[in-house]
Amino acid sequence: MLTSILILIPFIASLIILSVPARAAKAFAFGASLIAFVVALVIFIGFPISADYQYVLDYSWIPSLGIHFKVGMDGISILMVLLTTFLSPLIILSARNGENHTPVFYSLLLFMEMALIGVFVSLDGFLFYIFWELALIPIYFICLLWGGVNRVNITIKFFIYTLTGSLFMLVALIILYLHTPNHSFDINYLYQAGKSLDTRMQGFLFLFFFLAFGIKMPVFPLHTWQPDTYTVAPPQGTMMLSGIMLKMGIYGVIRWLLPMLPDGVHEYSAYVMWLAIIGVVYASVIAITRSDLKRLIAYSSIAHVGLIAAGIFAFNLQGLQGGIIQMLSHGINVCGLFFAADIIQNRTKTREIPQLGGIRTKAPFFATALMIIMLGAVALPLTNGFVGEFLLINGVFQFSPYMAALGGLTIILGAVYMFRAYQRTMLGETSALTEHFTDLTLSEKAVFIPLVLMVIFIGIFPQVFLRVSEPAVMKILSGMP
Amino acid sequence: MLQFALFIPFCPLIGFLILGLFNKKIPKKAAGVLASVAVLISFIFSLNIFLNISGKSTVVPIFDWFSAGNLSVSFSFLLDPLSSLFLMIITGVGLLIHIYSIGYMHDDENSNIFFAYLNLFVFFMLLLVMGSSYILMFVGWEGVGLCSYLLIGFWFKNNAFNNAAKKAFIMNRIGDLGFLLGMILIFVTFGSTNYTTVFGQAQQGYSPETSLSGNSTFTIITLLLFVGAMGKSAQIPLYTWLPDAMAGPTPVSALIHAATMVTAGIYMIARSSILYSLAPISMFVVAFVGVITAIFAATIALAQNDIKKVLAYSTVSQLGYMFLGLGVGAFSSSVFHVLTHAFFKALLFLGAGSVIHGLSGEQDIRNMGGLRKKMPVTAITFLLASLAISGIPPFSGFFSKDEILAAAYSYNKFFWLLGLIGSSMTAFYMFRLYFLVFHGEYRGKPDIHAHESPKVMTIPLIILAILSSFGGFLGIPESLGGKSLIASFLQPVFAVAHSNLLELPSGSVSDIMLMGITVAVVIASIVYARNKYVVHKDLPIAEGQKMARIPSIIYHKYYIDEIYAAVVTRPLDRASEFLERVFDLKIIDGIVNVIGKLIQWISGKLRLLQTGNVDFYLFAMVIGIVLIIFFQMR
Repeated sequence: MLTSILILIPFIASLIILSVPARAAKAFAFGASLIAFVVALVIFIGFPISADYQYVLDYSWIPSLGIHFKVGMDGISILMVLLTTFLSPLIILSARNGENHTPVFYSLLLFMEMALIGVFVSLDGFLFYIFWELALIPIYFICLLWGGVNRVNITIKFFIYTLTGSLFMLVALIILYLHTPNHSFDINYLYQAGKSLDTRMQGFLFLFFFLAFGIKMPVFPLHTWQPDTYTVAPPQGTMMLSGIMLKMGIYGVIRWLLPMLPDGVHEYSAYVMWLAIIGVVYASVIAITRSDLKRLIAYSSIAHVGLIAAGIFAFNLQGLQGGIIQMLSHGINVCGLFFAADIIQNRTKTREIPQLGGIRTKAPFFATALMIIMLGAVALPLTNGFVGEFLLINGVFQFSPYMAALGGLTIILGAVYMFRAYQRTMLGETSALTEHFTDLTLSEKAVFIPLVLMVIFIGIFPQVFLRVSEPAVMKILSGMP
Repeated sequence: MLQFALFIPFCPLIGFLILGLFNKKIPKKAAGVLASVAVLISFIFSLNIFLNISGKSTVVPIFDWFSAGNLSVSFSFLLDPLSSLFLMIITGVGLLIHIYSIGYMHDDENSNIFFAYLNLFVFFMLLLVMGSSYILMFVGWEGVGLCSYLLIGFWFKNNAFNNAAKKAFIMNRIGDLGFLLGMILIFVTFGSTNYTTVFGQAQQGYSPETSLSGNSTFTIITLLLFVGAMGKSAQIPLYTWLPDAMAGPTPVSALIHAATMVTAGIYMIARSSILYSLAPISMFVVAFVGVITAIFAATIALAQNDIKKVLAYSTVSQLGYMFLGLGVGAFSSSVFHVLTHAFFKALLFLGAGSVIHGLSGEQDIRNMGGLRKKMPVTAITFLLASLAISGIPPFSGFFSKDEILAAAYSYNKFFWLLGLIGSSMTAFYMFRLYFLVFHGEYRGKPDIHAHESPKVMTIPLIILAILSSFGGFLGIPESLGGKSLIASFLQPVFAVAHSNLLELPSGSVSDIMLMGITVAVVIASIVYARNKYVVHKDLPIAEGQKMARIPSIIYHKYYIDEIYAAVVTRPLDRASEFLERVFDLKIIDGIVNVIGKLIQWISGKLRLLQTGNVDFYLFAMVIGIVLIIFFQMR
């Protein structure tokens, strides 16, 4: 029951908000998402350390097709839900007043939160697919209506690209469904059906699923929609996409792909890992000379996600646990970075790094907050990025030391592009555009402070999160032949 | 007493948090005192541990950091003679430099932040040496790298300084990747990164037969760790960040880039002495890189005109000696040299800072001269430090460097010879510096009135001068009637490693003779320097004048920075541009768009079938039915 409450809160709020006066819409949306966070936090605090699904609700939805509304959470799901509900209120709060944010805008954000939570708690293949696609609709409109230059073309491309991937997943799900003995979309029956298939068929279905998940993450070379979309989307859209939505792809791999098609994974994981590792280096190198702040962060995100993908396909405890904790860290860091880019753009009307500089003199609080988030992004020990990156590289190393060495280049290249960008925007003498830069306002601080605190908290106490997901990860690992 | 170990790193951390969070509210005068007190408390606790350690090794658990299956990382401290000695160096020299900074940073508007960073640095450095596992060492290792970045770029409005800071961080990170991979390989091999487990298992797997060529896993581990050490301790090829790091305020150069942080690499290898003793190839590589760096950096120091640059290359060179010592198996001699080097190099930098302070920021030795009359305390203490680093008995550097050279002699006579040549260059460039700065006539701008620094700066100089002069007595070798106190203090830590080494570096009859040769060569170099710069007043030529080819190459530091820029930095930038413009936007995205276009084109063609002509539809239907029947029949 608790699980469905988590879905219902943002869903109901997204409907009510349409009748709320425009002035109060942001406050209402913030309040609703905050309630969802509190509920998630309470569940998290009392969450049992167990490999089983908790708070399961199983309601027969379309009996003739064996479709259930079945939701529930294990240690992995609750962490994703916690991330979603933690970031959503901050993302809503980050929306600026006076940028034509009608109640519809907030309604879409809440609706998206609902769909994302749904993806992370679905225990029925069909339901999972429904939520997966529902999450795409609000972000499509957010980008289309509130996006930047050239938004129509870019948004349509993004939509078609991800939808194509999803359709392959739908086909794969239906094929698996047809192989279940009693024609059911229940996760356990789908697992059984998948495992019973021969290697060739599993490999075939693996590729179908991988297209959907790989595009969402995105994994090299399926990534070209991402920098454009992140750049053109409004800040809240970018933060939703990069902070939470791309985790759908990674989560999908962990929840569905790995346990369902073990032989397919075995057959193809080395190739996928090579792509992911190439992506790490490739995107990092490109990030070095990007002059648009948002594009730079977008490519850095591809690099970070590449390492996560490599870690989870390495299919060992360190890799998977590293991937999960890194999903939390990446969500927090990338939201902080994109919000910083938005603040800079809002104050100076540009995101071009060469035109900036000297912001630290004018806005020391902002500079410090950004520095801490950046340290998290470059995985300095005692910040959130380190534990994840260490476990990930460790996991990849056990699969192939060469991949680990290559992927480890992110340690160096990440420092190159991040410190270069930081120097050119924040340090040095002020430029004509940054001369009158003002430090953070109260509501901007209210977004940054929780993010910064989490960077440090996860860095020092990662075990708070790792211990919750470990039993569930062990269960997934034990299902292998 | 050991339960108080927690306070040692956490006092400076609390100092950092107070200064960092409330920096605007704390009066400037209080900030320096607060930071110094934090380090003073750490020093007192460290002293207590140092005096009571007596060869014991204790692990003090703090809390469990994280775990994933059999990989479990706990936050705990290891206290043994090696770490307690480093604690003394860090907190002792650190305290003096904090006090000195109160005077040096007096006029800086951001001095509160400066002290906050300085405290943070001490915290991470203490974590580095106290951690009981490689992971904790790595935490401290990266942490000091961050502080180094923050402090080199402390005057962040100057982009040259920012570049130096960034360069330091990135070069260190290259080394850190080696460290990280080495650490992961340690975990994969031993199932843990705790020192006790790792060394215990490594030693168990040891047998005399395998040790001749060494176990290849151990060789890879130790070489990867050494890559980390090359970055942090500025060895070839990762040394170029250290001279640039002199952009930071001078106390930072003294504390971080001379006395403590850069010796982290020495600590790492000394700590891993058991692993290295089982990997003779790595030992050779360490010694080789060390001795080459020692002599290479010394040649560059011969021709530099910036007072801090000379000292920076001297640091690189001295670190090379320490690695030489480690590589030839003289672990305790290297640690001894870390100790004496901390004294005299901190003193040299603080002396240089005093000169720069007194001359309102002048750093070019061509614009100095005759300062001994105006800055007597600085001049005398600087002279004592120069004698110490040159290795004149009985000053401290003599004993430690001599031990290293003696060990090198029994390992490989060629290494010893290179070390000896390096020693003579050390004496020359140090006395070139001393004579040009403090003797002769003042050559600088006439409107600057050189003055001695305030007491808060000169007292640390005097204390360090005493330590530089007499600190060597801690390690008087048996051959000179001493007891080698340092070596016997550290003996419990290195005993196993020493027993693994087939050829023990031993004090032999030739010891006294070797000392004699070294001292003679060094004195000859000093006399030569005096002859050249005091008697003949042979000044370095001014900027812009044409130099002979070889001095010019040395003056330009062998153009290594330019080579790195041409081979690494610029190609990387070009690759970045190319990958985005051509590969990403044209090829990969091009393929995506072509697929889209193709589908549009096909649908465009298919659309033409919708002609609206009923005859055609009927025809198509009949064909379709025929085909279906045909396929059903088969």
